[in-house]
Amino acid sequence: MEQITRSPEETQALGEKIGRKLREGDVVALIGELGAGKTCLTQGLGLGLGVDPNLYLTSPSFTLIKEYRGRLRVYHIDLYRLNSIKEVYELGFEEYFYGSGVTIVEWADRIETLLPPEHVRIEIEVVSENERRIKLTGQACLTPTSEKNK
Amino acid sequence: MIVLGIETSCDETAAAVVEDGKKVRSSVVSSQVDIHRKFGGVVPELASRAHLDLLCPVIEESFHRAGLSILDIDGIAVTAGPGLVGALLVGTSTAKAICFSLKKPLIAINHIEAHLYANFIDEEPVLPAIGLIVSGGHTDMVYVSGINEYKVLGRTRDDAVGEAFDKVAKMLGLGYPGGPAIERAAQKGDAGKITFPRPYLPGSFDFSFSGLKTAVLYHIKKHGCKDVEDIAAGFQAAVVDVLVRKVLMAAEDEGVGSILLGGGVARNTVLRKALEEGAFKTGIGFFCPPPALCTDNAVMIAGLGFVKLERGERSSLSLNVCSNWVLGSPLPPLIRGEQGGMGGCRVERDSC
Repeated sequence: MEQITRSPEETQALGEKIGRKLREGDVVALIGELGAGKTCLTQGLGLGLGVDPNLYLTSPSFTLIKEYRGRLRVYHIDLYRLNSIKEVYELGFEEYFYGSGVTIVEWADRIETLLPPEHVRIEIEVVSENERRIKLTGQACLTPTSEKNK
Repeated sequence: MIVLGIETSCDETAAAVVEDGKKVRSSVVSSQVDIHRKFGGVVPELASRAHLDLLCPVIEESFHRAGLSILDIDGIAVTAGPGLVGALLVGTSTAKAICFSLKKPLIAINHIEAHLYANFIDEEPVLPAIGLIVSGGHTDMVYVSGINEYKVLGRTRDDAVGEAFDKVAKMLGLGYPGGPAIERAAQKGDAGKITFPRPYLPGSFDFSFSGLKTAVLYHIKKHGCKDVEDIAAGFQAAVVDVLVRKVLMAAEDEGVGSILLGGGVARNTVLRKALEEGAFKTGIGFFCPPPALCTDNAVMIAGLGFVKLERGERSSLSLNVCSNWVLGSPLPPLIRGEQGGMGGCRVERDSC
């Protein structure tokens, strides 16, 4: 699935739509440059996951990880400051990927080999100052068709 | 009453011995900045390990400097949140162990509340007040009407102020920590040369600095990373404008008697001066702790701990830590056996 959003609000709304479809154990890999809107989209995912709207999912760059409670536990990880897979490996973050919450990883392209093979992948491409091309792949793109196949 | 304060919520391992909430007998802060410099920020697990190595020597040093023994204390105050879970656990576990063995009372302290209390150590600000706590991990505007009487008016919706400073400093190649680096560069720059957007978020006391960070990025992309000093000055001016305007607006709305500043970013002299001038014009008081009490320290923890212990408040030895403990809400209790996303192996340490 691919979609163009034209404002941070639209990016967040798309995130919320995706967030509603996330399930226990899902790992969401977010990829996009600084300022692309990864945290903005994550805030939408949080809303879709039922995290209290008054509790903004703020940037975890400083602390690397923040935890929230929605209809599922939400782990918001930001690898912005990390430079190598080895560092992430030492931090033990991959343990979250095989847990029962939903794990959202910003800058996930820095740890490709640590990501579980069946993760949900969201790539945000900056088209212009306000436009973003958002590409969604994996976990059968969270479409209802995957439910029908069950 | 002699209170030992312990603070390990982020990258500082700190202990302090404070008498009756105001008389500082000793304050030891073992900054871990050197460990973190090569990572360009705080790495939680590294922080926990460093806290583990440093905390006992730091506590011993605090008693040595105070000329007291650990047996002289009447209680321990320890930061239980908000902060990094692993780091907080090192502090609370140590505090619990000492309290258990010496049979002394324990009191859990909210880190943000302690930053506000730092203003009351040397002065007596008029209440109610608007408090602004700004640091690498926090941007909180709080209405304070008394001890345990807080209302959070606004928070950042994305990046904390100090984080925005760090990210912009990294973009400009100015190094870590970003706050002092930006301030130094800005002194040589012209704040009027490049105008960055001011995210005021009308109708709300929340803050947002992510868009400002992105605006700096687009400026660099378009014009290259030249005029670093002007960019730093323009960025700093935008941040200060937003903070000052919103705090003054809140102060007017709520009709308070003073403004209280705190947190590491409170050391920024441009911010301090602008808030002081604004408060003066409005006819209200402005308070900011000395620099050593702005950044993370244990004096503020012990000081606030004294006030709470005096009021008869106590924390249980089974107290939990909470990574996002919101000021004014109770510390969530420890839920035993709770399984988290990491198979319960580490997440159960944080049940909030």
